Amino acid sequence: MTDNYFELFGLTPSFNIELATFETNFRKIQSASHPDRFVTGTAAEKLSAMQLATLANEAYQTLKSPANRAKYLLELQGITAISDTNTAMPTDFLMQQMEWREALEDAKAAKDIFALEQLHAEIQSDGKALQANLIDLLDIKKDYSTATDATRKLIFIDKVCADINKAIEHLDN
Amino acid sequence: MAYSDKVLDHYENPRNVGTLDKNDPNVGTGMVGAPACGDVMKLMIKVNDAGIIEDAKFKTYGCGSAIASSSLVTEWLKGKTVDEAYAIKNSAIAEELALPPVKIHCSVLAEDAIKAAVADIKAKQLAKASA
Repeated sequence: MTDNYFELFGLTPSFNIELATFETNFRKIQSASHPDRFVTGTAAEKLSAMQLATLANEAYQTLKSPANRAKYLLELQGITAISDTNTAMPTDFLMQQMEWREALEDAKAAKDIFALEQLHAEIQSDGKALQANLIDLLDIKKDYSTATDATRKLIFIDKVCADINKAIEHLDN
Repeated sequence: MAYSDKVLDHYENPRNVGTLDKNDPNVGTGMVGAPACGDVMKLMIKVNDAGIIEDAKFKTYGCGSAIASSSLVTEWLKGKTVDEAYAIKNSAIAEELALPPVKIHCSVLAEDAIKAAVADIKAKQLAKASA
């Protein structure tokens, strides 16, 4: 059994993965390792099925998120994109983050769902552009250093989007 | 996860939230971000001609520990020289706030914000001296 997440799902390690194959192969592993199939199995069979199910879940969660998939691809190259001690980001990017955060606070205070949705769409479009860039950097150019910067940015963008969604949900209730 | 009383105190009543005039030649700005959690921190210091920090303001978007870390350092910075400020270690911040290991990176963020703000004011002073 491989411990490479891509190989587990029969995929070539790349950022631009074949989503249909990814989903189908995940479901196949899920059903093949389901505990119900091992009710009469030996302890060793039960254990190995459980380990496979756990690995498949971890792999699925990692590869499903573009930011985590990029981070994992970089890890396979021996690059740690995210470390607690590296807090330097381009100033203009951080300024943009601050502006988005301020816009989020304002829209939240005004209970303005429309403004939140607009902000979310604006940030998502930056996220999509970064993802397109990552296909080029990781799969084609193999420029891992620039890809690391883009991955770090994508993680910030995901965080703001998640916070906006939380604010929208909160207002919806 | 349970926050310490000190973190809660700073989180609920953050000190010195806001901004200073970034165009003021005596104001230094430090911006840092933690990709691990997506937190962003902006710290601004106003330094007088004697090199003493007269005022400090912060704006942090992040978890309670990140807000508490930046709030605490703005209190510590006032009255210090820029070199004393530069020497502040994240371990001192983490210790004061009793941060758990998973939140140590929040104190790293605050230390780096101070260093970035000091570097900015020094660059501004150099530019002024050579002008």
